[in-house]
Amino acid sequence: MKTKSGILLLAVLAAAGLGLPLAASAADAVRSLRGTAVDQAAQQPGNYAVEKDHAPAAREYVQQPPLIPHKVDGYNITTNFNKCMDCHSWTRYRETGATKVSLTHFKDRDGKELSNISPRRYFCNQCHVAQTDAKPLIDNSFRKAEGLK
Amino acid sequence: MRQYNNGGGLWGRLRGAGLGLVVLVFVAGIVFWGGFNTAMEWTNREAFCISCHEMEENVFNEYRNTIHYTNRSGVRATCPDCHVPKEWTHKIIRKIKASNEVWHHLLGSIDTPEKFDAKRLQLAQNEWRRMKANDSRECRNCHNYAYFDYSIQGRRSGRLHQSGFDEGKTCIDCHKGIAHSVPAVDQEIGIDRGGASPEVFHPPAQRQD
Repeated sequence: MKTKSGILLLAVLAAAGLGLPLAASAADAVRSLRGTAVDQAAQQPGNYAVEKDHAPAAREYVQQPPLIPHKVDGYNITTNFNKCMDCHSWTRYRETGATKVSLTHFKDRDGKELSNISPRRYFCNQCHVAQTDAKPLIDNSFRKAEGLK
Repeated sequence: MRQYNNGGGLWGRLRGAGLGLVVLVFVAGIVFWGGFNTAMEWTNREAFCISCHEMEENVFNEYRNTIHYTNRSGVRATCPDCHVPKEWTHKIIRKIKASNEVWHHLLGSIDTPEKFDAKRLQLAQNEWRRMKANDSRECRNCHNYAYFDYSIQGRRSGRLHQSGFDEGKTCIDCHKGIAHSVPAVDQEIGIDRGGASPEVFHPPAQRQD
């Protein structure tokens, strides 16, 4: 009994000894580029205005998914209906004047060509996003790809 | 004046019955008419519409995420604003037709979300047909397209509104599913999942000259 409780005490002490400094230094060790500690709320979340409708934006880097140049509030993608495809699909783009879906979206994950849009491309806004008036959170030296200037 | 002379006719009979009865009928008419319209207006409220769980659990929940319920300026279009005509004649016709909805409430035709979804296409098409037939009258109670200023509309809306009206389209031809979820529509993505044909959602424009 005595050795058992002794081992237990040692284990508890060891756990506390290992755990405490780790917890204390976690916030110091990982420094956020955003200016606030990682365990604090980000500064001013949300409240950004989506850009008004404009002509399609130029791409900044090779293979960039084109940005959405309009508001998408209330445009839902559900199992029943994909609002994006209501204008951008090949059957609809002529009537609506929207950009049609790229033919790259007709390939399945094995590169096999399908006769319609691949289900893996169903969630448009996984890659294509609208823009807001938010300013970059940190300075950066990003430059547009040479060939796209 | 002849009626006065021979003592017969409607006026004569009314005089015989006494002026009291005339006043009584007149007042009863006001009470009945006022009461009838008050009762009808009582059924024209959002609270009345969602007192049936069919409406509250399905269409009302869907509507709460849309622009007609939550928006920056706090102006709302509630159920009757879109689904009940404002003019009396059209309103009473719609109210009489709504007795069928009461009947199906009693039958429990759509009393679970699954049953509702199974009938969603049919129910949606009923409303789409009604709005198409009356040139989206309930939309135009607030959004009169004769008053549109295309110069301050967005690029897309300005262009599509003008070309749409030129083709004889009405609001509901494009603005389907703006307040409720839409039924499954075949959009040519992956395998066929049994959605309605695209022509149901976008019927070909018919020029109305």
